[in-house]
Amino acid sequence: MIHLVPNLLAVLQSSSEQTPEGSLFFPPKASNFAAEADWLYNFIFWVSVVAFALVIAATVYLVVRYRKSVAPEPQPSPHHSTKLEVIWSVIPSIFLVVMFWKGFELFVDYRKVPAGAYQIQVEGVKWNWTFRYPTGAESNELHVPMGEPVELLISSKDVLHSVFIPAFRVKQDAVPGRYTRLWFEATMPGEFPFYCTEYCGTSHSGMITKAKVYETRAEFDEWLKSALNPYEGKSPAEAGALVWERKGCKTCHTNDGSNLVGPSFKGIWGATREFEDGSTGTVDENYILESIQMPAAKIVKGYQNVMVANGGQELSDEERDFLVAYITSLAN
Amino acid sequence: MTTTTPDVHYLNHEKGFKSWFWTLDHKRLGVMYMWSVIAAFILGGIFALLVRMELMEPNGYVLENAALYGFSDKLSAADLYNHFFTLHGAIMVFLVIIPGIPAALGNFALPMMLGAKDVAYPKLNRFSYHLWLTGAIFFVMALVTKGLDTGWTFYAPYSTSHSDSAVIWATMGAFILGFSSIFTGLNMLVTIHKMRPDGMTWFKMPLFIWAIYATAVIQILATPVIGIALLMLTVERTLGVGIFDPALGGDPVLFEHIFWFYSHPAVYVMILPAMGVVSELIANFSRKPIFGYRSIAFSSVAIAIFSFIVWGHHMFVSGQSDIVNVVFSALTFSVAVPSAIKVFNWVATLYKGSISLDTPMWYALSVIWLFGIGGLTGLWLGTLGTDIHLHDTYFVVAHFHFVMVGSAIFSFIGGIFYWWPKMFGVMYSEGISKLGCAIAFIGFNMTFLPQFVAGSHGMPRRYFDYDPQFEVYNYWSSIGAMVLGVGLSIALYALVRSLMGERKPAPANPWGAVTLDWQCTSPPPPHNFDHAPPVDGPYDHELVRWNDELNGYEPVDPVDGDPNLARMGSAKTV
Ligand code: HEC
Ligand code: HEM
Ligand SMILES: [Cu+2]
Ligand SMILES: [Cu+2]
Repeated sequence: MIHLVPNLLAVLQSSSEQTPEGSLFFPPKASNFAAEADWLYNFIFWVSVVAFALVIAATVYLVVRYRKSVAPEPQPSPHHSTKLEVIWSVIPSIFLVVMFWKGFELFVDYRKVPAGAYQIQVEGVKWNWTFRYPTGAESNELHVPMGEPVELLISSKDVLHSVFIPAFRVKQDAVPGRYTRLWFEATMPGEFPFYCTEYCGTSHSGMITKAKVYETRAEFDEWLKSALNPYEGKSPAEAGALVWERKGCKTCHTNDGSNLVGPSFKGIWGATREFEDGSTGTVDENYILESIQMPAAKIVKGYQNVMVANGGQELSDEERDFLVAYITSLAN
Repeated sequence: MTTTTPDVHYLNHEKGFKSWFWTLDHKRLGVMYMWSVIAAFILGGIFALLVRMELMEPNGYVLENAALYGFSDKLSAADLYNHFFTLHGAIMVFLVIIPGIPAALGNFALPMMLGAKDVAYPKLNRFSYHLWLTGAIFFVMALVTKGLDTGWTFYAPYSTSHSDSAVIWATMGAFILGFSSIFTGLNMLVTIHKMRPDGMTWFKMPLFIWAIYATAVIQILATPVIGIALLMLTVERTLGVGIFDPALGGDPVLFEHIFWFYSHPAVYVMILPAMGVVSELIANFSRKPIFGYRSIAFSSVAIAIFSFIVWGHHMFVSGQSDIVNVVFSALTFSVAVPSAIKVFNWVATLYKGSISLDTPMWYALSVIWLFGIGGLTGLWLGTLGTDIHLHDTYFVVAHFHFVMVGSAIFSFIGGIFYWWPKMFGVMYSEGISKLGCAIAFIGFNMTFLPQFVAGSHGMPRRYFDYDPQFEVYNYWSSIGAMVLGVGLSIALYALVRSLMGERKPAPANPWGAVTLDWQCTSPPPPHNFDHAPPVDGPYDHELVRWNDELNGYEPVDPVDGDPNLARMGSAKTV
């Protein structure tokens, strides 16, 4: 018993510690909401622990105390007690009101986007995220400056998705046909996981990216500039790798020989392909171009016809050329 | 006089497949429901184990290999996973938990508890069961044709316009099962209103009956809504009418609203009967009237009513308006109070009791623990500020397993162990049964406690592969699932074993309960009672006393000509 107390305190402490790795219960606190959300979590946690401990302790005590062998006949005892029942209805209710109220206050903060927040458009599509910045830059990872309110204007091109950044404690569904929004202010530089957390089909669990927080505005601006023309100074194959990554081909096609929803790009260049209809063909530039633009024309044997034209993305002719160069470069 | 099984009883008075399939006897229907639900539970459980095996490692290999070895040449491993978790959820919800207690145990025990010969509409009752079978066949059709990968929630527009699986088989199956549930509810409601015996006023009904009553109200009022939602979904999927898919001019959030308008009340279709079973068990194994009878009865009704106005708490981040979110959060807390009251009443009942720790009581006490955790974790989810982080993570998965499996299924199993002697006239081995309960309890906690932590760390639901930071929680969760599987198998073994070989005949009243279901032979005669049973309070345990020779309880003052029937205080003459 004596040892339990410091242990509990250690748990309490570690659950509120601020480290980049996170604590016992939480990922790192990397946004303005994290401290308050975790406080509320811990508040409910300790209220629940006490309530639960009381109930279980009472149950165990009573079962041991009044086992049949000890108490052969039940002794007269009240079958109800208005006083007791009022007490155990009212006391929990008070705690519930506090929980609701605290949750409500925090929710108001979550929803009140500060004026002048930096707005980034987020678009979900099976199974890729695209982020568009006010400068016209585009990326597949979320990049934000630290210490500035950022608003995400969220939409979806196909099914429901959901933006979830655990380290920021924010979440909002991406709903086709309407915009939703959320905001946060990052408080810690670094890279944090960014998940899709509304089930969206085959590669739902592959619809992961990163939220990258820059410590200074200058670093962020520098990245913004480079993002405006991402292919500059790159060879076609290098640029193709970037397209593969940014345009979501990566969710279905690897570059290392392992097969996901679609065949890997590794070593297919020049190979002979068997198709679902029994015919065969060789992988050359035209075949690749056709596979990208009209994937349904030839279905590789053993795979399903799930790839839509251009992988569901807007691809420029230039980007398609880069892709062809990239796949060519992955020949054995 | 030692315990013997009566020569003629409901199990043997007619024989053959037809006598079962076309039976109108509520007891036979209850027993068939029970075995059918257990079969569905095993099927759903196999899918659950496959899912857990896959999740044991961040990039699990189980389903990859299944796909590789030609188990399925059309589906990738990720698809296979999505099918498995969907089928697991859909089977468990629609075929197991919703019909579980009301249809299996309710059918078997409720008419007897009322001293009645049958339910109000025996043919409708049989029809309900046949609908259940039909619905089950539709689910199996979905499984063997193109499977199902929408999640049990069928969210649009994935289900209407994107999924390539057998959505229509499944929605039609759920639609049919909905009618099965509505008819069961209707039957129970009318039976309770019309067939209570003289002397059984509303406040002399056993609490199990109150619970089934409250459940029936929800079944009747809420289930048609999911029926309509699924029908609309089917119409949209086949005819392309734009109701939910924005590409056709619909609204996907509308589907979420209609779905949860039913599915939140449905979670109370699962838990209320379970609470009824636990109330019976705690009172009877403490040999004491339940503490706060009226507040338990009223809290069942309160929960049934409130359950209709909290559905929006499933949609705090769906894009519904902020004000609606606040209102739903406030209303959600109103359900928490009556739930807590029930737990307090159960614990208070133990005070000054004479507690027997037989197997059903082990389950009832487990439920206090499991429902404690399940109910309390609902508080984080009802609180707006914390649900934003926790929604659609493993925290929610753990929460609803604690309530749906930990509370509803454990109560169901406890109820089976409780009524088993009455159903089949045999006693099971207490040792093996308790071992099963203990292992299942440990396994359950091992499976689902780590998921809370995975969730608060941010692990999303329905993930096939996951970030290695979550591995430790998933590893233990998968080990726990195996332990849970072992525990449940032992429980089933104990039950099946009691029917084989040398049977140990059950007395009419092994537990000393005085509700009427225990005042006929075990198994009951085809028409339950030869004499209209007298009625008084359901928990007047002084009316029966232990008899060593019988190995059970007997009435202190039996009605002439029926040794099992107790003469009761206020209704001395029949
Ligand atoms: C939804 C998953 C998915 C996405 C996203 C996707 N593909 Fe595919 N892709 C497939 C599948 C499945 C096949 C095999 C079936 C077929 O031939 O259509 C395929 C086939 C191909 C092939 C032919 C490969 C071969 O081995 O013969 C090429 C080339 C290709 N995709 C390129 C791309 C490019 C470039 C992108 C990104 C713009 C992309 N794909 C995005 C699923 C996807
Ligand atoms: C005691 C009070 C309870 C409260 C306050 C509560 C609260 C909640 C809330 C707010 C959610 C939504 C969480 C989210 O998606 O973010 C939720 C989910 C859920 N709850 Fe409860 N709950 C309670 C009891 C129960 C009971 C008794 C059951 C069933 C027997 C249940 C079953 C479920 C299910 C099935 C889900 C999730 C369904 C899904 O998303 O697939 N809950 N609960
Ligand atoms: Cu997703
Ligand atoms: Cu709910």
